[in-house]
Parts: sequence; structure tokens; C-alpha cells
Amino acid sequence: MDWATLGPQLWQAAGETLYMVAITLVAGGFFGLVIGLGLYLTRPGNLLANRVVFAILNVIINLLRPIPFIIFIALLGPVTKVVTGRIIGIEAFTFVMSVMASMAFARLVEQNLVGLDPGVVEAARAMGASPWRIVRTVLVPEALAPLILGYTFLFVAVLDMSAIGGYMGAGGLGDFAIVHGYQQYDWGVTFAVVVIIVVVVQLVQLLGNGLARRALRR
Amino acid sequence: MTEPIISFRDASKVFPGGRRRPEVRAVDGVTLDIAAGEIFGVIGYSGAGKSTLVRLVNALERTTSGSVVVGGTDLTGLGEARLREVRAGIGMIFQQFNLLSSRTVAGNVAYPLEVARWPRAERDARVRELLEFVGIADKADARPSQLSGGQKQRVGIARALATNPRILLADEATSALDPETTREVLRLLQRVNRELGITVVIITHEMDVVRYVCDRVAVMEHGKVVETGGAYEIFSSPKADVTRRFVGTSLRDRPSDETLARLRERHPGRLVVVGIDEVTGSTRAITQVLRDAGVDPAVVYGGITEVADKPYGSLTFELTGPDDAVDAAIGRLRAVTAVGDLGTAARATEGRD
Repeated sequence: MDWATLGPQLWQAAGETLYMVAITLVAGGFFGLVIGLGLYLTRPGNLLANRVVFAILNVIINLLRPIPFIIFIALLGPVTKVVTGRIIGIEAFTFVMSVMASMAFARLVEQNLVGLDPGVVEAARAMGASPWRIVRTVLVPEALAPLILGYTFLFVAVLDMSAIGGYMGAGGLGDFAIVHGYQQYDWGVTFAVVVIIVVVVQLVQLLGNGLARRALRR
Repeated sequence: MTEPIISFRDASKVFPGGRRRPEVRAVDGVTLDIAAGEIFGVIGYSGAGKSTLVRLVNALERTTSGSVVVGGTDLTGLGEARLREVRAGIGMIFQQFNLLSSRTVAGNVAYPLEVARWPRAERDARVRELLEFVGIADKADARPSQLSGGQKQRVGIARALATNPRILLADEATSALDPETTREVLRLLQRVNRELGITVVIITHEMDVVRYVCDRVAVMEHGKVVETGGAYEIFSSPKADVTRRFVGTSLRDRPSDETLARLRERHPGRLVVVGIDEVTGSTRAITQVLRDAGVDPAVVYGGITEVADKPYGSLTFELTGPDDAVDAAIGRLRAVTAVGDLGTAARATEGRD
């Protein structure tokens, strides 16, 4: 192990992972929330019940989610090319991750909202609140704690996905562990990367739990 | 009756069926007027359609045929934006309270004021005033989960009154509460009605709720209103079977068949059920009539309570004396009030009038 040369490369890999994960969390969080709310609201019997929209969203998510991520990368290739202009590199990879993360988070959001008492939504309607106001002031605040935990879960899932960034030339910690650890038979490097990831995951999970507990203090 | 504030005209609500479920006529051709300023009860067993009926008033459910007119506005065919305005002028409270757990008590009461875009300063003052009115001003900063059921419903009432509605809808508002708390909440609803002049519509399956606060009542069964009338009339002369069952559950003043059998073992004399109403008021006139006829009366069963602030109930007497004196006494009593002659243990008669 030659940390003098590996050290800076490790830092660079960590930076790449941070970049990919951060953008994916923002994009996946946003689109996941929007799609998840869409699923919940258009569900039969709910505020904006719409059988067609609900069925379309539901089918898309059910079709895409079970596809193994490494195959999904190849499958989404043409779309990735249109959106990012390339089919490899960190931007292209981040795009693919964002799509998958949106689908995963959408389902988490929907499930947490379905668990809410429909009575509070009815009460808000009875007070003359519009659907958009109900989303902002009832649905999201009432489901905040599980949404925070779901988002924490999403972070770990995204970090997991980012490990195969090397497959698309996106770099990152996963790539670093494979290239400098696994392929060099250097178990120490692999172990070091794993330790970094475990520590980060622990810290984020602690943060998520703490925030969720604060949101639940009622 | 004064100008109705709520009128249903042949109003129906049909929930369409699916592949495996049949369509449901939750509300079936209801025509009903509710007067401004009254406390109106809608009673029925669960599934009778009363919850759907009350939701037609604030258009949480839309009629599939017929019309609902609220405060002069026909809700039929109104757009969603207009309906939101109508809803904002009607308060509603719920069996499960439906408070926002993410907000404090004060935050919950402020919610409808935010919807109605009140300025913050006025909002705060109004919230304080409302919490004062329902008697939980000290709980302003508490979370709903820290409150008892009765306190939660007080928050619900404060929230429902926030925007000065003319109508308050109470959907089984006391069904999750114990009898003591139920009375407190009903008393509060009575104050809402009397002090603020708000028309209150109470949905319930408990006849006691009707007995305690309602001026008039509609009895529902299978989506239809089967009987309407003043609360006292409904109690004293129920017409529909379902109404009779409800009345029977409220005041168990008449002996059941099992009780009657035991009474006959204990009391060999003639048993009569004598109605107590606003005319008789008490047993004074009754015992006077009986003694004058040379009969010795003893109360063996019964109960008297108030319905719509008037005395209501019945007492079962054992009459002891010569047969012809007893017959004469019963004859004279019939001129005063309703009498059911149960006969004696040796010669039992049906006697239910």
C-alpha cells in the first residue's frame, strides 16, 4: 500500500462519490417526492383521484424498480444520451442514478402517505383548504418523520448504487476500491474504503434518526 | 318553522359499484329542512347513511341527484373553488377529532384562519379567544397527543368555530368519549348553539345525545329518513320500528319480559305502566287519583328523565285493593295519562299501549 500516491486519489474518489450522491439525492428527493405525491393524490378515492394517471405512474415504477441497476444503466442508455449528451462519465451516471432514486423514493413517499389518517385530510378539506395547501400543510408535515427516515434510507441506497460508477467511467469510492484494492490484491485498500463508507453511513443514519425523532416530538 | 338554513330536496348519493361490489345508495331521496338556530339530530345505526348525509351539507360528498341548499346557496353544480368558500363557512367536528399531530393546539385552531388568510395578529387573538371559549386556554402550546379525548374534541370545536361559521356539523362527535365527557362536550355544543346562535347538526347513534341536546331529530335507515319530528315527540310517540328500538335503548323505563316475570313473583297485585309526560310531570296527580279510588299504589319499576328539557318516562305501579276499585282507578287514570295494564301474576295481560 502506497498511501503517498494513493491518498490524493482516494480523496478525489471521495469527492466524486460526494458529487454523484449529492446530486442524486437532490434530484431523486425532489422528483421522488413529486411522483410519490402524484401517486398518493391520484389513487382512487383520494384528493385528485384519477385512474389513468395513477395507473401510468404505478406501472412505470413497477416496471423500472425491479430491474438490476447495472442492467438499468444499459437500458436507459439512449435516454441518458439525449439528456446529458453522453452515455458515459460522471454526469451520465449521475443521471441514471437520479432516475432510479426517484422511482425508489416515489414508492417510499407514497407508502408513508398512504399510512396517514385520511381523517386529517378530510378535516382540512372541510375547512376549505385547496389540494395544494393540503399537500404543503397536512400531508408533508404529518408524514415528516417517516419521510426523513425514508430519505435516509435513500441515501444509503444511492451510496450503494454509486459503487458501480466505475462501470460508466464515473469514478468514485467504489471504483477506487475495485481498481486499487480488489484488482491489485490489496485487501488493505478495500478495507480502508469500506471503513470510510461504513462511517459515513453510520453518521448519516444517526443524523436521520435524530431529525425524525425531532419531527415526531409531538 | 323559520327559514331553513339547510334544505335537502330529494337528495341522493349513490356510490358506483365495482367489479365485485354492488353500488351503494348511501343517501336515498332525502327531503329535509333544518331551521336556522336549532340543534338538529340525525340518528341511525351505522351504515344508515347519516355520515354521508351530513357530508352533502359541506359538499365533502356531492349529490348524484336532487339538491342541497345551504344558506340560500344551491350546492348542486357549484365549482370546486366556490365549494371551498362554502366549506369555510361551515364548521365540522369528527368522531376521531382529526387534529393535526404536527401542530400544537393553538396551531390547529389557527389552521382554518390561515386557510381564510387572516392576518397573523388577528389570528393569534382569535385563537386565544376560542381556546378561552372552549375552556382549554392553558393547553395552547400542548400537542394533541398530550390531551384527553374530551380536550381533543374541545380543540376540534374551537377549530370548527374559528371562522365564525353559521353551521356546525358534528359527525359522531361524542362516540369516542366516555359518558361523563360526552355530557361536557354536549353542553359545550349547547353553548355554541345558544350563545353564538350557530345551527348545530349532530350525527349520532346514541339516543341519549338526542335526548340531551337536540330540538328536532331525523331518524335514518337504509339511506332514507324514516321519521322526523321534535325530540320530545319522537320519544313520546315513536312511529317507525327503528325509532322505537332507539327510544328503547335510551331510557329503560319499561320492564322487559324477564324483568316483568321477576316483578310478578315479587308483587302479586295488579301491575300498570303509567306514562309520565309534560302534562302529568310527576306522580302527584296519579297517586291522588289512585288513593281517591281506594287503591294503594306502590312504585315497583320505572324511570323519569328529561327529553328536550321536558319530563319523560314511565313508572310501573303495583295496585293493591278490591278488583272493582282497581278497575275503576285504572279507568280514571286513563283520563290523566297513558296507562298500560299488565294484569296480575294470576291473570297476566299484554298491556303495552
